[in-house]
Amino acid sequence: MADFKIASAPDKLMTAGLGSCIGICVLDKKSKIAGLAHIMLPSSTQAKSVQNRAKFADTAIEDLLQEMKKQGARTNALVAKIAGGAQMFKFSGESDILKIGERNAIAVKENLKQQGIRLLASDVGGNYGRTITFDAETGELFIRTIGHGERVI
Amino acid sequence: MVYDFNELSGMQIDALKEIGNIGAGNAATALAQMINDKIDMSVPEVNILPFAEVSNLVGGAGTHVVGIYLCVEGSAPCSILFMMPIQQACLLVDMLMGRTFGSTTPDNMEDMEISAMAEVGNIISATYLNALSMFTQLNFIPSVPAIGMDMAGALLDSVLAVFGAVADHVLVLETEFHKEGQDVMGHFFLLPEPGSLDIILSALGVNV
Repeated sequence: MADFKIASAPDKLMTAGLGSCIGICVLDKKSKIAGLAHIMLPSSTQAKSVQNRAKFADTAIEDLLQEMKKQGARTNALVAKIAGGAQMFKFSGESDILKIGERNAIAVKENLKQQGIRLLASDVGGNYGRTITFDAETGELFIRTIGHGERVI
Repeated sequence: MVYDFNELSGMQIDALKEIGNIGAGNAATALAQMINDKIDMSVPEVNILPFAEVSNLVGGAGTHVVGIYLCVEGSAPCSILFMMPIQQACLLVDMLMGRTFGSTTPDNMEDMEISAMAEVGNIISATYLNALSMFTQLNFIPSVPAIGMDMAGALLDSVLAVFGAVADHVLVLETEFHKEGQDVMGHFFLLPEPGSLDIILSALGVNV
């Protein structure tokens, strides 16, 4: 949670229990270098203090790309897949906690676009958690849930 | 200044822990009255943990758990999350409903069982807040409990996201229930909003 990792084929990247958080998987198909960021919040600009840049969609994507570049990925041909952004608790009263997943998804999509990364597939929303595994070799994103099936995007 | 939990002194933690014990005592009485049977409760441990380690308490981020979330308003707003692995929750439901241990399973958790779990979360939160209120003279108004059954990480991140921008640590009270030789363990998380911890600590007279 609130961190990112880089791996290259044949390794896989995994993050467990995404709720309103979003797992952002980025891949350079040629070098087969993949990155997975697990972000919690949409924007660092609304935060009072930014001690951990990997917590926010905007700063996490910036840092992830920089690190991938350092390891030899070509940043002009990156593709991405995202999953998460659910609403885990239902309330009668409206509060911010309800919409964080949705806001995260919008922020991630915007930031990917700004960085010129093509979004190939996404599995966001709903009211259930997701555990995801990203294969640096094939670019497949495997999604596991409790009671809502398994799928590959 | 805004306190993060990891900056608390031993005395401050002890104060919060003692309140936890008093709250647990009251919760046990309330539960016993509700089910008309004896049920014991204790708070064996109080911890301050970074977010990243919280899901390890219940067996990892992918563990199937039951979580009850309450939003607390008043002079020191905070959030409460009570969480236990689903197998433990099933045993707790058995305890509450006077069933043989093992009769409730994750597959036959229906409205009645879920409602019983929500009530436990409600009672524990309310009694902790009452104890806190008694010592601080502050007002706490808890919301209706929201219940979630899913991966621990998924429930946690939805709650922590709200606090992620401020603090990186949470207060955790280990909560044990005993009845007829059966133990059930749950975790109670208190997450004060920015500034709330300062207000609570000053009201307790243990601020530095």
